Amino acid sequence: MAKTGTIGDTIFRTILIIFASTILLIVVAMIYMMAVNSMPTIRAFGISFLTGSDWKPASNIFGALPFIFGTVVSSLIALIIAVPISLGIAIFLVEQAPKKLATPISFMVELLAAIPSVVYGLWGIFVLAPFLVNYLGPFLQTYLGWLPLFEGSPKGTGMMLTGGIIMAIMVTPIITAVVRDVLEVVPTTQREAALALGATQWETTKIVLGNAASGIAGAIVLGLGRALGETMAVTMVIGNSPSISASLFDPAHTIASVLAANFPEATDEMYLSALIEMGLVLFLVTFIVNGLAKLLVAKVAKDSGTAKAT
Amino acid sequence: MASKIKVTDLDFYYGDFKALHDITLDIPEREVMAFIGPSGCGKSTFLRTFNRMNDTIPIARVDGNILIDGKDINSPKTDVVALRRKVGMVFQKSNPFPKSIFENVAYGIRINRMHSSKSDLEDKVEKALRDAALWEEVQDRLNTSALGLSGGQQQRLCIARALAVQPEVILMDEPASALDPIATQKIEELVVELKKDYTIVIVTHNMQQAGRVSDKTAFFMLGKLIEVNPTDKMFTNPDEKLTEDYITGRFG
Repeated sequence: MAKTGTIGDTIFRTILIIFASTILLIVVAMIYMMAVNSMPTIRAFGISFLTGSDWKPASNIFGALPFIFGTVVSSLIALIIAVPISLGIAIFLVEQAPKKLATPISFMVELLAAIPSVVYGLWGIFVLAPFLVNYLGPFLQTYLGWLPLFEGSPKGTGMMLTGGIIMAIMVTPIITAVVRDVLEVVPTTQREAALALGATQWETTKIVLGNAASGIAGAIVLGLGRALGETMAVTMVIGNSPSISASLFDPAHTIASVLAANFPEATDEMYLSALIEMGLVLFLVTFIVNGLAKLLVAKVAKDSGTAKAT
Repeated sequence: MASKIKVTDLDFYYGDFKALHDITLDIPEREVMAFIGPSGCGKSTFLRTFNRMNDTIPIARVDGNILIDGKDINSPKTDVVALRRKVGMVFQKSNPFPKSIFENVAYGIRINRMHSSKSDLEDKVEKALRDAALWEEVQDRLNTSALGLSGGQQQRLCIARALAVQPEVILMDEPASALDPIATQKIEELVVELKKDYTIVIVTHNMQQAGRVSDKTAFFMLGKLIEVNPTDKMFTNPDEKLTEDYITGRFG
């Protein structure tokens, strides 16, 4: 960096560099501490920690696969439900709703995003879970029971489906808010260009979505990141049983929920090490997903020629 | 010559603000009419009433009559989508879609289902690009992004995109104001060329441009139509003192 200005500027620059470095330090320190503390299980199990599907802390057998499975599947369910709903809300708010309606709905979306996780969890236990067990579950079972996804009967004590749906409800406001902001910055001239050619509202909206493609991809990734790491609400409704089942009616477990639920009782060195290694896995999964997402966003931006999303 | 657009007693409001006062004007077929006047005089607003682009503004309201080919375009029976196909528009800032050059031109053809086959679509795209004097420059890179073109090329692409749906009227809202002199000259040549087949209304801030491309000129001020005359007369011997003051640069 070129040396410019006074001694004051030098101090100013140094302070900024120190602040900026803290973020790097925190990341490095976290990875280092987790790696050191999970050494016992990394040494003992190696790669089979990730591929093993047995989780028996009492007999010192630790396989993380059911938790990885639960995390990925519940997050996917959340996205499959949340993405179309979020896009619909955001398109309505930006393209269709009169200002009088858009403002209160926007406000409520932001309010939903601010509700604490544990409140969602309680609502999940007392409202969502009974609804799924008594109404939606039996309905799916009757009409789609031939699919492996809906085999067996819905479990009142918690199931994958409930976990996925509660997460969908939690990430919807986040994706909606970001997509709304992205759509709002699409230039009016793009809409006018389409309208002037005789485009209908739907055709014009497709042009707007094309302009916003990379930003929408970014919003979905943000939602996925939230879903992967979501802990409290999911722990309260997913059943917390480390099993791998095709049926969404069966209980499941996620990495975040096993960490939250089992730390207090993990007094044994191997058990604690296994939990920390799981944290490391979650960290890496999130890291990889974010990396892939950045590539995806860059590719979408390049293909559509739109500006890169931030 | 027959008039293509016939405006009678037109008032236009943004909420309580009256932007256009009692305008009556005939726009002849297959000629170029230029709208000139100081910024904020309502000439762009007036232009946008012809394809009802002001519909997108909730507080906008129109009083009076606009007939295109004898049909009232503000009647409840008017099909706005069909109207906009017939009355194309080119904007001040070029606004190609973030798609390939080919897809930009094909867009209007596709949404209006005007092609019978893939090769028909390709023919129509080629014709529109030729008519917009852009074909020679882009024929080798039809599938690359339209955003890679220069400003002048992008604006001619937007003209090609408008031509592709075979309109009868083309509205141009300061189409060259963001372009360099060479690109501007190309657009002007194109306008003169296009009037053989189209009725063109062009808003411009550039008096020389109005002189070069238009047959008739209308001068607006503060939402009122001050004078409309053949362009030659307008720039040499205008009827109104206000017009003369504006043209000679005494205000504006």
